[in-house]
Amino acid sequence: MALDQTGKTRDFKVVGTRPNRPDGIDKVTGRARFGADIVAPGMLTGRILRSPHAHARILRIDASKAEALPGVKAVVTRADFGDVPDHVADIMDNCMAGAKALYDGHAVAAVAANSAAVARKALRLIEVEYEVLPSVTDVDAAMRPGASVLHEGRQQETVPGGMSGNVISRVEFGHGDIEAGLKRADRVVTRIYRTAATHQGYIEPHACLATMGPDGQADLWVCTQGHYMVRNTCAAILGMEQGQLRVTASEIGGGFGGKTTVFLEPVALMLSRKAGRPVKMVMSRTEVLRATGPTASTSIDVKIGMRKDGKITAAFAELRYQGGAYPGSPVDMGSMSAFAPYDLENVKTVGWDVVTNRPKAAAYRAPGAPMAAFAVESAIDELAKGFGLDPLEVRLMNGADKGTRASYGPTYPAIGLKATLEAARAHPHWKAPLGENQGRGVACGFWFNFGGDTCVSLNVTPDGTVNVSEGNPDIGGSRASMTMMAAEELGIPYDQVRTIIADTGSLGQNEVTDGSRVTFAVGLATIEAARAAKREMCRRAAMVWGIDEDAVEWEDGAARPAGPNAGKFPPMTLKEIAAIASNSGGPIAGHHEVNAEGAGVSFATHMVDVEVDPDTGATRILRYTVFQDAGKAVHPSYVEGQFQGGAVQGIGWALNEEYIYDKDGILQNPGFLDYRIPVASDLPMIDTVILEIPNPGHPYGVRGVGETSIVPPLAAIANAVSAAAGVRMVQLPMSPPRILAAMQGRGRA
Amino acid sequence: MRYEAPQSIDDAVRLLAAGAGAHVLAGGTDLLVKLRAEMVEPEVIVDIKRIAGMKEITAEGGGWRIGAAVSGAEMSEHAGLAASWPGVVEAAALIGSTQVQGRATLAGNLCNASPAADSVPAMVAAGAVARIAGPKGMRDLAVIDVPKSPGKTALEPGEFIASVFLPARGERSGDAYLRFIPRTEMDIAVVGCGVALSLDAGGKVSAARVALGAVGPKVILVEAAAETIRGRTLDEAALADLAAACSAAATPIDDKRGTVDFRRHVSGVLARRAAVIAEARAKGEKA
Repeated sequence: MALDQTGKTRDFKVVGTRPNRPDGIDKVTGRARFGADIVAPGMLTGRILRSPHAHARILRIDASKAEALPGVKAVVTRADFGDVPDHVADIMDNCMAGAKALYDGHAVAAVAANSAAVARKALRLIEVEYEVLPSVTDVDAAMRPGASVLHEGRQQETVPGGMSGNVISRVEFGHGDIEAGLKRADRVVTRIYRTAATHQGYIEPHACLATMGPDGQADLWVCTQGHYMVRNTCAAILGMEQGQLRVTASEIGGGFGGKTTVFLEPVALMLSRKAGRPVKMVMSRTEVLRATGPTASTSIDVKIGMRKDGKITAAFAELRYQGGAYPGSPVDMGSMSAFAPYDLENVKTVGWDVVTNRPKAAAYRAPGAPMAAFAVESAIDELAKGFGLDPLEVRLMNGADKGTRASYGPTYPAIGLKATLEAARAHPHWKAPLGENQGRGVACGFWFNFGGDTCVSLNVTPDGTVNVSEGNPDIGGSRASMTMMAAEELGIPYDQVRTIIADTGSLGQNEVTDGSRVTFAVGLATIEAARAAKREMCRRAAMVWGIDEDAVEWEDGAARPAGPNAGKFPPMTLKEIAAIASNSGGPIAGHHEVNAEGAGVSFATHMVDVEVDPDTGATRILRYTVFQDAGKAVHPSYVEGQFQGGAVQGIGWALNEEYIYDKDGILQNPGFLDYRIPVASDLPMIDTVILEIPNPGHPYGVRGVGETSIVPPLAAIANAVSAAAGVRMVQLPMSPPRILAAMQGRGRA
Repeated sequence: MRYEAPQSIDDAVRLLAAGAGAHVLAGGTDLLVKLRAEMVEPEVIVDIKRIAGMKEITAEGGGWRIGAAVSGAEMSEHAGLAASWPGVVEAAALIGSTQVQGRATLAGNLCNASPAADSVPAMVAAGAVARIAGPKGMRDLAVIDVPKSPGKTALEPGEFIASVFLPARGERSGDAYLRFIPRTEMDIAVVGCGVALSLDAGGKVSAARVALGAVGPKVILVEAAAETIRGRTLDEAALADLAAACSAAATPIDDKRGTVDFRRHVSGVLARRAAVIAEARAKGEKA
């Protein structure tokens, strides 16, 4: 659906303002209901028994003692699920281990009992006999021939012979001739970069309440980013028809991609089916960190050639991502996005998808892209500094623009990369003085953005207020944005519209809240649903006035005769038409169903100042500014919040966050004490600059903004720390011991 | 699980001595975490907050006696205590969040017996003494002798700490505590260092106690560090010797929170920085 051609800058009335969020009062008063906040009569507590081993064959499970414990109503193991369809086989295995436990914390059995205490006791009575196998958690180690192999027979044809069975697939992107390009370079930087696995760090643990009746009808209340996905996945695993399972999404205390799959839900449904009672399951923080999806850890080679004037002559990257115990690391997206901000004659990326004995990676905000950007943007920074060139100018010289053939294939329409770089160059931050032990870094980032299946229904009540039903959990303020777009389109005030997230029984299929798609795709469908309702209201007015419906137009919240020839009638407002709805043919509604295309890629440039303590290696973030293209900012406060949130998660990833495993593959830091996400006092206020280069694929020009903001920070901070510490940092996290060791090794290198 | 809230020390001792499954509850900031993590399953929880004196800070012989249930926030708000032993008060104030500060206690931090406990090096530097109630009556034990190893204390069955005594500060004396954490708060010490020192009329160090936390199985009192600065002004050379003595005395391990090399080095860095603050306080300067 194309950008509305208005011929001039569109004059929005609601879009672009900053009204209060409709879910705000509930959230600050505690009235909002999250995953664990619901109860049902006769409800049982479900708990999961988890593997203490990183890699072990499950020889025998004996649950008879647990089943005999008074208060235990059901015990479930993999055997209860039987065979499941291929497309959900890995998901099933991740939710409940089959032949092998593949990581520390992998679920092996579950119980439902009258109380948490009984459930806890029952877990201890389940006997599991393991044959412990050698494990591997490091991506490079897992690729070596001779490494302990997780799955036999999963390697794809893209992988050359002789590689470890843990290497699942290979991808390649690019164009031109790398070797020829490198020959034209005045300097080539070749380095290996490494990043640690990081968790999305959402505050709300996974939770759900499942109820299945003897008639096979089931209801599931769940904290998720996509209840339609939960329905479809669980129905496949449980052997149900999708229409028999109604899933309702709770409020969500953060997701960031981590709630785009299932963990507890099929187990809760199976426990409920066996027990004949509602079953509630809530993960502990430890379970969240051990057994839900962090992102991949990576090892990346980069080779970039540059002329002394700053022009990149060739760019190559080889990316190795371990995505945990099952195939599907985001190395494909890392390989596609690595050089996406640049207009390059010779560019190539090769990506390897690798499995290890870690929890299966889930999506995490721009999955795969931040690590690739860390490697590429660090190398570009090093080259620019080596030639004494301004890193912003070098990026402007090589930056992608309208008409650039992207490294991953497509040719860009209008994009905002250069606008963000120019805004950065013009910002006072760029020229602000730095003190001793301080450094400044910049980096660019890219994200694809996404559309997908979307359904919106808009209903006009008899008193002329408007309800919008959409099917995407609100993780970033989308109810406010949908309300604003509906109000804009209908020409009525924001407070006359209320938007809800409907359950799976109420709308058609909706893609998960991912890919920064909601404000774009659901917004587009909301606008179209409102336009459908407007057409219907114009028709009712035409009927009342006795004129042709083509002679009626909608403007400023009312139907009006389209011109002097249409007749002289006073405008009929939305409320006036709503009042006569019943007598003019019945209720008024509009709806729209679409597989949305034209999401519009998004770019950002980040700028950060840091200070490194030369005695301890501790880094303090002094100043941070985000420049990003939003296409059109529907609710600027939310857009700024997305910019800030991505930067903050990137700060954690860059400085302290990491999954730490011991030699046996046991996770050492499954809690927020030793898995260090930033706290408020670690951060300056993150400044934001919103650029608006309209997306040609959306009526208002909206682009997704949620993910791009986490792509540049790893590199921007690494560039700043490297400048402050006087040594190039190539491994994340840049924790104080690592920085101190690098600084102490400076003289020796 | 049973909850008891005795009104007297004798009743508390009786409940604690009755079985191995009894746990003391004061602030509860460690106990409740362990309960939730299923690390402990107490048969009885003995809440000592209703016993007279447990919530009080009292002047005694020029020093201060701090009841076992006095929170970090209450210590921070006590002007007299904060003036005498700012390092101990600051160390207690580093524990947990603002909310935790309303509950967490010195005695609890000591009895948790974590090598990384923030208040313990500060108390050891200050020469603090724990008063222990038990089946055989009261006894006093130097704070440094309370922790034995990670999670283990010198307390006998039925015993609990009723108060902690900080002695009179002395003329021209000051203390300080610093810790290293990767974040700015809500974290656990990778290295902690408490320094208490006294100056003579000429500004030379007449006495010093330097204690390190998180670099050994329990708090370390670094006699060699005190020895090296005694009789000297804290110039660059003296501070370098102090740092070297602390780095040498540290016996850390590599773990998820830091490396041996890092902890040894930072032990010296913190000792030097804490000594500078303690010296300024001893001189009556603001620090």
